[in-house]
Formats: sequence, structure tokens, C-alpha cells
Amino acid sequence: MNKDLTVSSSPHMLNKLTVPGVMWGVAISLVPVVISSVIFFNILAIRLMLTCVLSCVISEAAIQKLRGKKIAIKDGSAVVTGLLLAMVLPPALPVWTAVIGSIVAIGLGKQLFGGLGYNIFNPALLGRAFLMAAFPTLLTKWTSPFTLDAVTQATPLGLMKFSQIKTPYMDLFLGNTAGSLGETAALAILIGGGYLFIKRYAGWRIPLSFIVTASILGGALHAVNPSVFPNAAFHLLSGGLLLGAIFMATDPVTSPVTKKGRWIFGIGCGILVIVIRSWSGLPEGVMYSILLMNGITPLVNRYTKPRRFGAKR
Amino acid sequence: MRTFYGDFIKGIWRENPVFVILLGMCPALAVTTKAIFGLSMGCAVIFVLTSSSLIVSLFRKFIPTQVRIATYTMIIATFVTIADYFLKARFPAISKALGPYVPLIVVNCIILGRAEAFASKHTPVRAVCDALGMGLGFTLALVILASVRELFGSGSIFGVQLLGAWHRPWVIMILPAGAFITLGLLVGIFNLFKRKG
Repeated sequence: MNKDLTVSSSPHMLNKLTVPGVMWGVAISLVPVVISSVIFFNILAIRLMLTCVLSCVISEAAIQKLRGKKIAIKDGSAVVTGLLLAMVLPPALPVWTAVIGSIVAIGLGKQLFGGLGYNIFNPALLGRAFLMAAFPTLLTKWTSPFTLDAVTQATPLGLMKFSQIKTPYMDLFLGNTAGSLGETAALAILIGGGYLFIKRYAGWRIPLSFIVTASILGGALHAVNPSVFPNAAFHLLSGGLLLGAIFMATDPVTSPVTKKGRWIFGIGCGILVIVIRSWSGLPEGVMYSILLMNGITPLVNRYTKPRRFGAKR
Repeated sequence: MRTFYGDFIKGIWRENPVFVILLGMCPALAVTTKAIFGLSMGCAVIFVLTSSSLIVSLFRKFIPTQVRIATYTMIIATFVTIADYFLKARFPAISKALGPYVPLIVVNCIILGRAEAFASKHTPVRAVCDALGMGLGFTLALVILASVRELFGSGSIFGVQLLGAWHRPWVIMILPAGAFITLGLLVGIFNLFKRKG
């Protein structure tokens, strides 16, 4: 057959972005967060990250082999899932728990739906949600930074919600607090996020609308009742809001493809986070807010489909 | 003889009410936190299904078509009441654990479905064979589902501790979410076997 006359389906215009390129790019953008987590949690951080990445890659390969598909662990998506999962888990989590979480993330979260590009929910967050429901006590055991023995300490959000204790902003910004492995250091997340946006591996609409909505809503609540609700800066710097907004909510598979849809997605996440943080029994709500918005992404895509040129409304 | 056997066996494997027809999901998901609850629920359903299928089949010529569903429901409700009171009197603990799901057998789609699709069109003996097969299939599915959930959620099956102290209970398996995940995976495995066999 003449190669010049091949008829293929769209897209016809290609650019340099490929799936492995984007995935490894995301992995590189996580380097500052990885470094900061190793500084604060030392050997615990290395152990958790190695466990998650290795078990994600192995389960991806094993399930692809079982399904009779080509083994595509070189595209880096399993590595990114493993790294992101490690980032949202408590540093002192036992190894076997992290392995279960990784198997669920890849197996139930991704391969069950048909593999990369078909999953409805963010695999790393699904793995964490499963662990959260299966082992709630292990998932709420936090380690204070710079201590290798499991000295438990509440997260800044927990301290604020249950004891009305405020953590200094500088600690929140640099990451010198208890919390999930990668969520504590706002500075490192912002550096990684900057790389992500400069390289155009992730869109800016979702993080921007997510963060702005959460700040406005959080600030308004603080203005109404400062003694109960923390201010906007605290909301932004504490918990997993920045990590979630920049690395989780921007997952190209599970977030809307249209521009309007991305605004809706970010605003919805922002509202849900503040609602969960302010009125639910949980101190943190980033995971559930993103998973819930993942769930309505197909609907958002359908209703924000752009009008074709010349088509009537 | 062959037809009777065929009527009986199809409910266990080829047309398993839970794994293939996906009927009776409400009790299958709600009461299967422990294997013993799954078994009790299954036995209650076997009793109600067999008795009501027999009666429906016996009276199939006399039940007017226009009011047949109401009549079936009345017949089923009678046997459900018997089963419910029997459990309450003899096994109060299990009756309490099963909660409203025993009275809810009245609206169980398997029973109404068998009455409408099979018992009202076939002879009493065939109807009973079909009901026993469907009931056993339902019980089998519930016991498998409940055993998996109990094993992961409490480390035991039928109250016999199988996993040692090293096992940390998976709380999610006792929760409704665990029921949906387990059922989904079991239906998947079932389909895999069916496709191969």
C-alpha cells in the first residue's frame, strides 16, 4: 500500500508531546518534592517511595501480562502513580500496607477500567481512599519531621480543627510539619509545579481555579467567624491542597478536556475541599473532593462540548 | 428425569441468580458481612422460593392474568412471614443481624421473577426443581461473597479464625464499599470461567 495515501482518524496534527514524555516529565517535576520529603522524613521517605513505585510497576506489568496486553511499564505512568501514591501516604506506613495500596491503585484504579487513558478516578488517590477505608488507624498515624521513630503528632489541619492550635506559616511553607510524605512542603510543590506549567505538561486552569476558589471561600468563612475557621493562607499551605491542585487534579485522564470544563472542575474541587474541611468530621478533604469531581468529569465533558463552527445552539 | 435435572442445575451455574442474572442484589450486598449471615439468608430464600413456586405452579390455571403479580406477592408474603417468625423465635441473634432484609424477601426479584417466568408456566415438580436450583445458586453465591468479605474483614470464615494475629482487619470489607468491590470482582471471575468453560 502506498504510504502517502494512508487514511487515519484524527488527530492529524501532532506535536512533540508523547505519553512517555509527559509521564517522565511529571516524574521529573516531582524531584523537588522527593528531595524535601527525604530531608524531613529521611529513611522513611525512601522506604515508602521505593515500595510504592516498585509494587506499582510490578503490578502494572503483571496485570498487563494477565490481560494479554503489551507490557508498557516504560511509559512511566506506573512510576508516576507510585510516586504520587507515596506522596499522599503517611511516612511511617508499614511496607505491606503500601503494597496493598499500590496493587489497588493499579489494579482497581487503572487496569480494571482498561488501562492508561480509560480510568475514571485518579489511581493514586483511589489507592489512598481504599487504604483509608480499610486501615483508618494506620492512615491517620503521622510522624513528626526529623524523627525516625514513630513519634505521632497531629497534622496542622488536625491541630487546627480539634485543638485550635495554629502552626507557624514558615513551618507550613517549608514543610516542617507532620503530614503525608509529599504534602507538607509548599515551597517544593510550587517549584515542581512551576516546571510542570512551563513545560506545559499540565494545564493551569484547574490549579488556578481550585486554589482561588478555596482561598475565597476559606477567607469568607474566616471573615464570618475567625475563632472557628482558619484564614485562606492557612487553608492553602496546610494539608494536601497544593499537592492535590497541582499534581492530582491536573491528571489529563481524569479531568475534563474542555477549557470551560476545567474551570468547573477546579471550582468544584475548591468548594468541596472547604466544605469538607469546615463542616465534616474529617480534618482534610482534598482526596475526596478530587475523586468526587473525577466522578462527574464525563458529565462535565459532555455539557461543555464546544459548539462547532456554524452550528446552531 | 433429565428435564428435572436441567431445571435444577441451571440455577447453580449457567443462570446463577447473583453472578449471572444479577438479581437479588440488595440482600447479596447488605447481609454478607459474615458467612453465617449469608448462609441464613440463603436458607430463608430457599424456603420461600420453593414454597411459593410450588403454590404458584399448583394454582397457575386459576390465577387471573390481570391480578397475577398481586397474587404472587400475597403467596410470597405468607411464606416470608413464616420464615421471619421462625428466625425470630429460634435464632434471635441471626434474625437481629439480618434486620429488615428477611421481610424484604417479599420484594426480592429472584422470587417474583421465578414465579412469573417459570412457576406460572410449568408443572409443580419442575417448578420445585427450578426453585431449589435457583435458591441453592443464590445461597452459594451469598456464602462465597460473605466468606471472602469475612476472611479479609475479620480473618475468619464461619467464625473459625483462619488468619493469625498478624492479620490486620480490612475495615473496608465489612463496609458497603467492600461488598460492591467483592461482588464486582467475583462476577468478573465468574465471567472469565464461563467464557473458558
